[in-house]
Amino acid sequence: MHETSKGERVLTDASRLITESLARAGADAFIGYPITPANLLYKYASERMPLMLAAPDEITTLQWMTGLAATGKLPVTATSFPGYALMIESINMAFMMELPMVIVLVQRLGPATGTATCGAQGDLSLLRGQISGGHSLPVLATCSFQDCWELPAEAVKTAIELRTPVVLLTSKEEVMTTKSFDLNSLKNIRKATRKYGDDASGKKHKPYQPAANLVPWFLPVNQQDQQVRLTASTHDQMGLLQHSTEEALDNTLRLEKKAKHSLDNFTFYEYHQEKNAENLVVSWGITAPSARVAVSELNHSGEKTSLLIPKTLLPTPQIYPDIIHRYQKVIIAEENLNNQLGDLLWGMQKPSNCRFAGSLGKMITPNQIIEEVRS
Amino acid sequence: MSNMFLNTDNLPFCKGCGHELIARNTTRALEKLNYDPLEVILVSDIGCHGIIDKSMNTHTVHGLHGRSAALASGIVLGNDNPGSKVIVFMGDGGTTIGLQHIMEAARLNLNVTVVVHNNYLYGMTGGQTSGLTPIGFKTTTSSEGNPFGSYDICKLAHAAGAAFTSRVAGIGDISDKLALAFSVKGFSLVEVLEICPSYGVKLNPKRKLQEIIESSGKKPGEWTQHREEFVAHQTHKTDNLFKDLPAIKKSFNAYLKKPLSVVMSGSAGEGVQLAALLLSTSSMLSGLHVTQKGSYPVTVGVGFSTSEINLSHHYIRFHGIQVPDIAIITSADGLAHNRKKIELMETGGKLFIDSSLEVPSTNAKILRYDFRGLGARNASIFAVLYFALKTCIIPTASVFSSIEQLGKSDKLPLSKFKEALARA
Repeated sequence: MHETSKGERVLTDASRLITESLARAGADAFIGYPITPANLLYKYASERMPLMLAAPDEITTLQWMTGLAATGKLPVTATSFPGYALMIESINMAFMMELPMVIVLVQRLGPATGTATCGAQGDLSLLRGQISGGHSLPVLATCSFQDCWELPAEAVKTAIELRTPVVLLTSKEEVMTTKSFDLNSLKNIRKATRKYGDDASGKKHKPYQPAANLVPWFLPVNQQDQQVRLTASTHDQMGLLQHSTEEALDNTLRLEKKAKHSLDNFTFYEYHQEKNAENLVVSWGITAPSARVAVSELNHSGEKTSLLIPKTLLPTPQIYPDIIHRYQKVIIAEENLNNQLGDLLWGMQKPSNCRFAGSLGKMITPNQIIEEVRS
Repeated sequence: MSNMFLNTDNLPFCKGCGHELIARNTTRALEKLNYDPLEVILVSDIGCHGIIDKSMNTHTVHGLHGRSAALASGIVLGNDNPGSKVIVFMGDGGTTIGLQHIMEAARLNLNVTVVVHNNYLYGMTGGQTSGLTPIGFKTTTSSEGNPFGSYDICKLAHAAGAAFTSRVAGIGDISDKLALAFSVKGFSLVEVLEICPSYGVKLNPKRKLQEIIESSGKKPGEWTQHREEFVAHQTHKTDNLFKDLPAIKKSFNAYLKKPLSVVMSGSAGEGVQLAALLLSTSSMLSGLHVTQKGSYPVTVGVGFSTSEINLSHHYIRFHGIQVPDIAIITSADGLAHNRKKIELMETGGKLFIDSSLEVPSTNAKILRYDFRGLGARNASIFAVLYFALKTCIIPTASVFSSIEQLGKSDKLPLSKFKEALARA
């Protein structure tokens, strides 16, 4: 698959891995515009994607992507908070229309423009609340080069299977850092398969009639056999605008149910259970590597500590609180001000045995985590 | 049914609304052009015109306020069915909100027709002023008359590159005028002028459409230019981003007892990032694992330029550096940016610093050298060689080898470097 022999390494960044993974998994087009720290993804996409188009702004980006998705294409883009904030209404539209796409969100230090070349993990709460009404849009967070290879492909697959936008959440520290890396350690990626409408039924196509997995069959808007209606407004199964009829509200509720119905298919996490450990470190994204080092050192010195790295952040799998509740002392380490993963899990009712190791504008070091565990 | 494009004779508009005239004439125009309903994709905006969807036998896509031209552009870009015709219905309010999207579609000359239902105000939201409301026209938010002139959307789109634009009074049979726009291969826009019966007529009771058109200065007309429609072709240049990524084979031996963190810093434009790349590559040539990240101000051409490099015999998980083991400083910008880190360096650490710079208080061992004496652009690159020479962690030969592998041999004064190394 790769050009290196066993044991040979290349010097690469994660942007290259993410772009190649997306392309191999079946991304048809990259719609983009320049924004630091996502510019490497933009550059690689211009070389690799079957179709690459420069959009004039963030809203246009998402609108073009939605249009492309309506024709059966799988579009992707990459951005950071300032751009993502401008995309949110259009992301809601794509979510409501049930059109697949992948958005790579590269976190950087805010608020506002903040520091474009400084890493952060401050966008999780935004992602939790981005869909008006409280629905969850699938969010997968990478924490290693392996993840930057495997999770983009999973994001493409999930987007297609669930007919939904999916966010791949990463950070400046991941996509702009180069590392020596053995490409032979990467798994093969299969192109995600697409199935179009249930033509065998012979019935009139209902664009929002759910199949058994709660996901409606998809038909491209540019075929000429069956009428397709797509809408961002509250609608019935035919895709016709409704105020708040029972059928229309059922459809809106289904948007939340369908992701949870298939959550097991895209639940990704690492749980390194240390026998008889009373301590647990929970970390995600760019802080997870630091947590790995910290937990390794703690166990090496006899302080038994387990490690949980959630990768599927939204919808939030029940397994995370289930694991966390087994421990007497839990440290959640993430690079933001307010323990956004903790908020996601418990809101205001954070268990008293859970502590937060946070940071702003600086990476959390293994020593910081070790000190929190020991204190 | 009045024709095969409509599933009802009762269209959902107020009595006397020009939107109904546009809808019926659109379907008539499509019949004249022999389109089948499922060859047509109607993309509607938010506004009264958008409720036509349910009456249409075409494909229908109903998006956000002002964004339908961009949504339709995406459909055009993804459309590989040459028989499909994409039409956008939007109002003057949506046109105001999404002006950029119309300009972009016109600039690219995408094969789409935008029909602007210009009834001079936002109708669905209560009769507010839009960017296409003429001067003096009364709305619910400008009861004394709009104090500003309106955009000329036809001329704006024409200037942006539209193949065809026209302005039409929404009176009588306008199907031929719409058909003319629909038959254009490229971007076309038809602005149809009308008065909203619910707000426009009531707030401007004695005014007639023709008089408003005359006084606004935006008269009916056509603007054309010959351009080829934009067709999205495949753009990829490679089918594998790893193809040209060179494998870096171990050719030298490293002498490294434990993981090492290095901060290299100088001034922007003086080759710091290239020097860091050379250090990384030569370390890999010596069998080490590396991480490398750059840091510089947003304006990349001025101020400091820093790179953080980690070296280890094992795969490096955490690449953050709080206090480095080694600091290599080649300019005052680099020193200013890293002074605090240098002051925190511990015994056993090493500070390589240009001899022109003041040495900060630090427990690190100081190694001064006139790096800038080899030229500002060469200072950091030579500092990597000097680091290799003095620490023996990697051989200087590995650095020269990486210079060659990166194709920089002709661009760097290698003989000068070798002479300086011999003297150092």
